[in-house]
Amino acid sequence: MIPAPFDYVRAGSAEEAVALLVEHGDEAKLLAGGHSLLPLMKLRLAIPSVLIDVGRVHELSFIEEQGDEVAIGALTRHHDLETSSLLKEQVPMLPYIAHQVGDPQVRHRGTLGGSLAHGDPASDLPAAILALGGTLVAQGPGGRREIAAVDFFKGFLETALAPDEMLVEIRVPKAPGAGWSFQKFNRRAQDWAIVGVAAVVNGTTGIALVNMGSTPLRATAVEAAVGGGASVVEAALLAAEGADPPSDINASSEYRRHLATVLVRRALEEATS
Amino acid sequence: MVLIAVQVNGTDHQDEVEPRLLLVQYLRETLGLTGTNIGCDTSSCGACTVLLNGESVKSCTLLAAQADGAEIQTIEGLAPAEGPLHPVQEAFRENHALQCGYCTPGMVMAAVSLLEEEDQLTERTVREGLEGNLCRCTGYHNIVRAVLACAAERGMVPGSVS
Ligand SMILES: Cc1cc2nc3c(=O)[nH]c(=O)nc-3n(C[C@H](O)[C@H](O)[C@H](O)COP(=O)(O)OP(=O)(O)OC[C@H]3O[C@@H](n4cnc5c(N)ncnc54)[C@H](O)[C@@H]3O)c2cc1C
Ligand code: FES
Ligand code: FES
Repeated sequence: MIPAPFDYVRAGSAEEAVALLVEHGDEAKLLAGGHSLLPLMKLRLAIPSVLIDVGRVHELSFIEEQGDEVAIGALTRHHDLETSSLLKEQVPMLPYIAHQVGDPQVRHRGTLGGSLAHGDPASDLPAAILALGGTLVAQGPGGRREIAAVDFFKGFLETALAPDEMLVEIRVPKAPGAGWSFQKFNRRAQDWAIVGVAAVVNGTTGIALVNMGSTPLRATAVEAAVGGGASVVEAALLAAEGADPPSDINASSEYRRHLATVLVRRALEEATS
Repeated sequence: MVLIAVQVNGTDHQDEVEPRLLLVQYLRETLGLTGTNIGCDTSSCGACTVLLNGESVKSCTLLAAQADGAEIQTIEGLAPAEGPLHPVQEAFRENHALQCGYCTPGMVMAAVSLLEEEDQLTERTVREGLEGNLCRCTGYHNIVRAVLACAAERGMVPGSVS
């Protein structure tokens, strides 16, 4: 399968990428690792007329301490997340979840920024950043702005990024001692989650759901119940509240709603043990 | 068209390519290196796995233009044509790790990358490390055995004597 023809340009920096986005308008798409975009283009579900390859913007591939946060460049690959000793120490859930993404070949190419900007509700890393209460940094023609992870996912494959903005950095709070758990339920190795749950317990509780609606989302009813003193078992029963999970070849919507309650219970048990 | 310069199996190449040309097509059709197979063409099976700067990638999900400037290794480049097999190839032969052989080039390249990346390997981590490669024939047992044999030879298997 061959993508429809397109023009290919390379950006050497975030500024250049943004200038190219401004120049080419919504005909253009950024290309990072290409592991969400190229499969869509091969199926001709995406037909951009210009690809702006940002894969060589090496200055956006980094993992570093910034006060009480860890800052991660948008072009940082899943493989770099899963092997980062700084993350293993300060935010251990993130390398753990990165290791659950696809397979080694996918992790050698796919980037954190690409995974977030794609906004696929079935993806694992958006749930990680949501549960951790991360902050995303977007760069546009007018400079940089910060977007809280909870305000980032707007609809199916839709985010708060404007067409002329590029995601450049993701920041997550350090939490070396936090309780956490990631429950990814799938039937075969390498598969996407049928449902997934990321939970972080660190004074407050953050819970995010994979594949439970049109966007990656927080299980706010469970979070409120835990905050109000409910038991893990009681709180977990609210896992699917406000969620609208899809029915597909792997599971019905109803099955996913049930699965979410089971996985949230397991996640909370593990994160609080 | 995009001008790319790559080193494939130690040989430099420069070619004008269409932006939408996939790396696997470049290797097979432009360079004639047909050892790299296309199985699913949808990033799932791993038959098209090659090494890009030493790391396993699925060449059906990469534009040739993205590989500009890179060193690429394919199954043809693992061992000299007249010389002995690469240790991973030899272990696959010894352990009957192939039947029809369709998945084998990708499987071998994924194994080479895994052996380079890890310090230690166990049956479980070999199975996880090859999760991006499907085999319809062998049931995987002998493939895992072959990779573990290589790992043991390199002293990477806890408890084994190298
Ligand atoms: C076989 C296979 C299995 C997979 N399994 C999983 C899995 O189990 N779990 C999981 O979470 N994911 C999985 N993935 C998806 C993988 O994680 C992708 O790498 C990731 O979703 C996209 O990252 P990318 O860098 O490849 O982005 P691209 O494909 O390059 O881009 C994706 C989208 O984001 C935009 N974009 C990219 N970077 C930026 C940026 N910096 N700023 C603004 N927009 C940007 C692009 O324009 C495009 O629209 C799988 C993929 C494959 C092929
Ligand atoms: S042909 Fe590339 S993964 Fe199957
Ligand atoms: S040997 Fe036939 S597919 Fe693996």
